[in-house]
Amino acid sequence: MPDQPPSPTIELRELSRVFPTEPPVRALEGVDLTIYNGDWIAIEGPSGSGKSTLLNVLGCLDRHTSGTYLFEGMDVSTLTDRERAGLRGRRIGFVFQSFHLLGHRSVLENVMMAEVYRHQSRHERRTRATTALEKVGLGHRPDFMPTRLSGGEQQRVAVARALLGAPSVLLCDEPTGNLDSKTSDMILDLFAELHEEGYTIAMITHDSDIAQRAERRIHITDGHLQEAS
Amino acid sequence: MRFRFQRKKSTDRSGDLSGITAVDLLDEVSAGLFARPGRMILTVSGTVIGIAALVATLGLARTAGNRILGRFDELAATEIYVTTQPVADGETPEHLPWDSPERMQRLEGVVAAGNLATVDTNGALISTSPISDPATQTEFELPVQAASPGMFNAVRAKVANGRLIDEGNSQRADHVAVLGSGAAIRLGITSVAQMPALRIGDELYSIIGIIDRVARQQDLMGAVIIPEGTARKEYGVTTPDLVVIETQIGAATLIAKQTPLALRPDNVTVLKIASPSEPKRVKDAVVNDLNTLFLLLGGVSLLVGAIGIANVTLVSVMERTGEIGLRRAIGATRLHIATQFLLESTSMGFVGGVIGASLGTFVVVGVAAFQGWTPVLNPVMPILAPVGGAVIGLLSGTYPALRAARMEPVAALRTGT
Ligand SMILES: Nc1ncnc2c1ncn2[C@@H]1O[C@H](COP(=O)(O)OP(=O)(O)OP(=O)(O)O)[C@@H](O)[C@H]1O
Ligand SMILES: [Mg+2]
Repeated sequence: MPDQPPSPTIELRELSRVFPTEPPVRALEGVDLTIYNGDWIAIEGPSGSGKSTLLNVLGCLDRHTSGTYLFEGMDVSTLTDRERAGLRGRRIGFVFQSFHLLGHRSVLENVMMAEVYRHQSRHERRTRATTALEKVGLGHRPDFMPTRLSGGEQQRVAVARALLGAPSVLLCDEPTGNLDSKTSDMILDLFAELHEEGYTIAMITHDSDIAQRAERRIHITDGHLQEAS
Repeated sequence: MRFRFQRKKSTDRSGDLSGITAVDLLDEVSAGLFARPGRMILTVSGTVIGIAALVATLGLARTAGNRILGRFDELAATEIYVTTQPVADGETPEHLPWDSPERMQRLEGVVAAGNLATVDTNGALISTSPISDPATQTEFELPVQAASPGMFNAVRAKVANGRLIDEGNSQRADHVAVLGSGAAIRLGITSVAQMPALRIGDELYSIIGIIDRVARQQDLMGAVIIPEGTARKEYGVTTPDLVVIETQIGAATLIAKQTPLALRPDNVTVLKIASPSEPKRVKDAVVNDLNTLFLLLGGVSLLVGAIGIANVTLVSVMERTGEIGLRRAIGATRLHIATQFLLESTSMGFVGGVIGASLGTFVVVGVAAFQGWTPVLNPVMPILAPVGGAVIGLLSGTYPALRAARMEPVAALRTGT
C-alpha cells in the first residue's frame, strides 16, 4: 500500500535498560527502533549483547529504565501491571527457544491456553485453536501430548499458541535455537508464510543465515543498535 | 459464571485488561492438580490422616468420656458427708442432730441418709460367745460403730448373711450387731444360721447379719456395727460423727447447699459439708483431659498434613517455574498465579477434609461397635472437617503461592523449559 505509510506497531525512542547490579549493567542504551505493522525483523548480535533484554522489554515482560516505548501509539510506561499483562495476553504472541509447552496438556489444550487470561468465553475456543494448529500444519495431531512430538513440531505448537487471537506482534527469542537446520528451515518457512499474511514478526538470532531470511535485520552490540540497510 | 479480579476500569484500554473466567480458573486448577495424580494423592493423604485422626479422636473422646462418666456418677458424684467443724481444745464440740437422716430425707433428691458414730467402749475387747476354742485368740480389739438404720443404704451395704439393723432395734436399744466381713472373719463367724453372739466387754450382743461389701466407708468392713439407740443408751454417745447421704445424680451440689440449714438451722456455720466435685465438673474434667490429649494428637497429625501440603505446593511451584513464566507471558497477573496455587492447595485440603472426616467417623463407629459402646459424634464434624481441611490447605498454600506470584516473568521463563 504505497499511498498509505505503514503504521508503527512498536516505537522505541532513546530507550535504555540498566540492570541495577554492582556495577550496573547497561544492557540497552539509547535504542531507537520502529517496527511497522507487517514487518519481519531479525535482531542479531553476539551472546550478551542485549538481544533478550530488548525482546523482554518489547514483550512487556521487563520494564525499560529510561526513554519511550510506544506500543500501537500507547505509552507502555504509563500502564499498570494488569494492563501490561493484558497487553501480553492479547496483543503479543511469544515464541521461546525452549517452546514452553505444558507437558501434561494435549497439543490442542496447549494452544487453547492462549485464551485463558483474556477473560474470554470458551465458546468455539476449540475451533479457533484447531484452526491455528492447521495453520502451522499440525491439524492432524490435536490430541498428542507435546512430549511425543519432535522439536520442530513442538515449536509449531508454540507458534500456533502465539497466533491464537491474532496478536499485533510475534516476539520470538531464538525460535530455532533448539532445532536442527532442516527443522529450522521449516519454522522459518512458516514465518515467511505468516509474514505474507501480514503478521508482524520480531525474532532474535545470533545466526546470520537465519537472520537473512527476515525482511529487516538489525544488529545489536553491547546494548547499541544499528540497522543493516 | 464470569468474574474479574477487579472491577472493569472505565478507560478505553479496559478491553485489554488481563482476566480469567471462573470456569477457566477451575479448569487450570484441576489440570494443575491432576497433572501429577500420584503426588496429589500422597499430598492429600497427609491431611486425610490428620483430619481422620482429629475426627476419630474427638469422637472417641466423647464416646469413651461417656463411658467413664457412667462409672463415675455412681459414686463420686452422688455422695455427701456431713461432719461438724473441728473446735479448739477446751471448747464444747458441736453436735449433729440424731434425726439428721429424717431431715435429709425430706429434701428432694436424697436417695438415702444415715448416721454413723464411733463408739468408745472404754477399751472393752470383743469376743465371741461361747468361747469355742481356748487355744486360739478369743478377744479382739475391733472398732465399734453405731449406725442408724438408713446408714446401710447410704453406704450401699450388701448383706452376705442375715439381716441389717432396723428401726425397732434402734428404738428398743436391742443388743444386736452386724459385722463387716473383715470383722466376721477375725471373729471366726461365717454365718448367722446358728444365732452366734459376741461380747463387747461383758455385754452380750446377738449377731444378726454380715455385710460383705460397701460402696463407701470401707472402714465398716472391719467393724462391729450396733444400733444407734443401743450406743446412746449403753455408751452414752451424744452425737453422730458423720451423716452419710446419697443423692440422685446431679443433685449433690444443690443438696449440699441445703444441708446446713436442714440440719442446723440455729447455726449453719458449724457443719462441714464434703460434696465431691459436682457431676458436671467431674464429667467435664474427664472429658477435657481426654479431649486435650486427643486434640493434641489430632492437631499434630494435622500440622504434619499442613506441612505436607505446604511442602508439596512449594516443590510444585519450583518445578513449575517455567509454567509460571509462560502463564505470565500469555497474560496472567501475579494475582492470577497466586490464586491458582492457593486454589490448588485449598482443594487438596478440602478433599483431605472430606475423606478424613469419613474415615474418622468410620473409625469411631467401628471402635464403638467393637467395644459395644454407643458412638457419640459431633453433628457439625462432617461440615467442619472439610472446611477445616480447606483452611489448612489455604494456609499451607499461602507461602508457596506468594513465592510463585513474586517470580519475575523473565527469570521464570529463563529457568524453566
Ligand atoms: N537480570 C539481570 N541482571 C543483571 N544483568 C543482566 C540481567 N539480565 C541480563 N543481564 C546482562 O545484560 C546483558 C545482556 O543480556 P541478554 O540476556 O540480553 O543477552 P543476549 O544478547 O540475549 O545473549 P544470549 O545470546 O547469550 O542469549 C548481559 O551482559 C547480561 O549479563
Ligand atoms: Mg538471549
